[in-house]
Amino acid sequence: MKCDKCAKKATVHLTEIVDGKAMELHLCEDCAREQSQVMEQQFGLADLLAGLTDFGKQIPEVRKSSVSCPVCGLSYEDFRKFGRFGCAHCYQAFQAQLKVLLKKIHGSSVHLGKHPQGDGLMAVTGKPSDSGPSADPVAGEEPNELESLRARLQEAIRNEDFEQAVQLRDRIRELEQNG
Amino acid sequence: MELNDLIFHTGEWLRGTGPGANIVLSSRIRLARNLVAFPFTNRADKKILDEVLRTVSAAVREIPLFADTTLFSLNEMDNIDRQFLVERHLMSHDHAASPAGKGLVVSREESLSVMINEEDHLRIQVLHSGFDLNGAWEAIDRIDTALSEKLAFAFMPDWGFLTACPTNTGTAMRGSVMLHLPALVMTRQINKVLAAIAKLSFASRGFYGEGTQAIGNFYQISNQVSLGHSEADIIQNINGLIRQIIEQEEQARQVLLVQNRAVLEDKIWRAWGILRNARIISSQETIEQLSMVRLGMDVGILNGLDHKILNELFIMTQPAHLQKIEGKKLNTLERDTKRAGVIRDKLQSMP
Ligand SMILES: [Zn+2]
Ligand SMILES: [Zn+2]
Repeated sequence: MKCDKCAKKATVHLTEIVDGKAMELHLCEDCAREQSQVMEQQFGLADLLAGLTDFGKQIPEVRKSSVSCPVCGLSYEDFRKFGRFGCAHCYQAFQAQLKVLLKKIHGSSVHLGKHPQGDGLMAVTGKPSDSGPSADPVAGEEPNELESLRARLQEAIRNEDFEQAVQLRDRIRELEQNG
Repeated sequence: MELNDLIFHTGEWLRGTGPGANIVLSSRIRLARNLVAFPFTNRADKKILDEVLRTVSAAVREIPLFADTTLFSLNEMDNIDRQFLVERHLMSHDHAASPAGKGLVVSREESLSVMINEEDHLRIQVLHSGFDLNGAWEAIDRIDTALSEKLAFAFMPDWGFLTACPTNTGTAMRGSVMLHLPALVMTRQINKVLAAIAKLSFASRGFYGEGTQAIGNFYQISNQVSLGHSEADIIQNINGLIRQIIEQEEQARQVLLVQNRAVLEDKIWRAWGILRNARIISSQETIEQLSMVRLGMDVGILNGLDHKILNELFIMTQPAHLQKIEGKKLNTLERDTKRAGVIRDKLQSMP
């Protein structure tokens, strides 16, 4: 398949919702990078607030099956109404929806910042093997972070999640250079 | 430390020195953290809020970095005292508005504060004088790390720190810088600048933070995005933006000095005259006139002043401060009269 903007091979496939209609976009790597920068720049506070309220319209299939947090009882519907989570476990309960929402708000759904000290803190994720400094919280943090970033990069490439992949790649480079 | 010890003393962040202090008043970093074991404050009853307060204050007592801090329980304070802390930029309006189960940790220098049970269990804030987000980050990073050794924070490797509002998820960090931009306002370029800021996903707010209007040409600029970038990246982005705004403000000041010097001098000297002579003055007018005097000092039209005195006046002339100084409740006219007196006293020693 050819890129929609130039003649090169399309490797990135995006679905954009414009006025309630799904638009498919097939791009080569260069055009996709350009596109993601344009989207980032256009992303103001007004879009963000509009995005929060319109969010339900875009994923009707999820909206129908009302999800609730098993720990605090907050439903996804109510979260959308109030815009606040009830507890940390809500993040797990609404994982599928949040991936889209967080990306809409921040332009990314990958944390590249600081990790807390100490062990047992990842309890909330329910997947303690996922990464983080739990094995050797002090000395082991940096190599672990690199490892987990590399694994996530592979996953992002598999999913053709271009934006995430670029961010992960840059973060890995940064860490490699500093270390 | 007693609350009243703060009245005649100003926070370290108001000393008015530091890099770029003629345009940048202060730099602030705020981190939001939640305890994994408790529901977020919007779903916590009084009993849970009290337990969070106890858990956090126990941790704080054990950490040497907090040796010079005091914990206030907002419930035990009256309205004026709570408003007093808001006016000093140590906590938010929201925190003061519903005090049940809420706490505030403040360092003696007032550069560190922790709101307990605001929208998130912890809102840690470090305030530095001048343009110094890097220094503020270094300080808050150490404090946060020390806290995370004692407290189990809600965190997911993929999404970072989990906050009550999804707009804070990730680093849960807001870096903000308070700017004085009178020349961009007077040359009518400010709206263009603010529009550019919004386009770049940064927010601009007034002197008293979220939801407040800009008065006296003071603008607070902060990042919107908290996920997908490291803290260092976010700070670097804000710094880059702020440097550009500083440059534009400096250019606009030069333009005013060259093209409209007489008008500019007139505005500045009138402001000086009003502040030195007024018998009744509102807080809005105070901030506006102080802005002009500050500009006069920065461009060399008024001499013999320093930023510290002007910064102190910004804080001391606010309603709760005036009532604390007077030691009783004052109505609007009494406040406006007291305010004019405080300003005259403070500026009397000036040339
Ligand atoms: Zn292309
Ligand atoms: Zn929940």
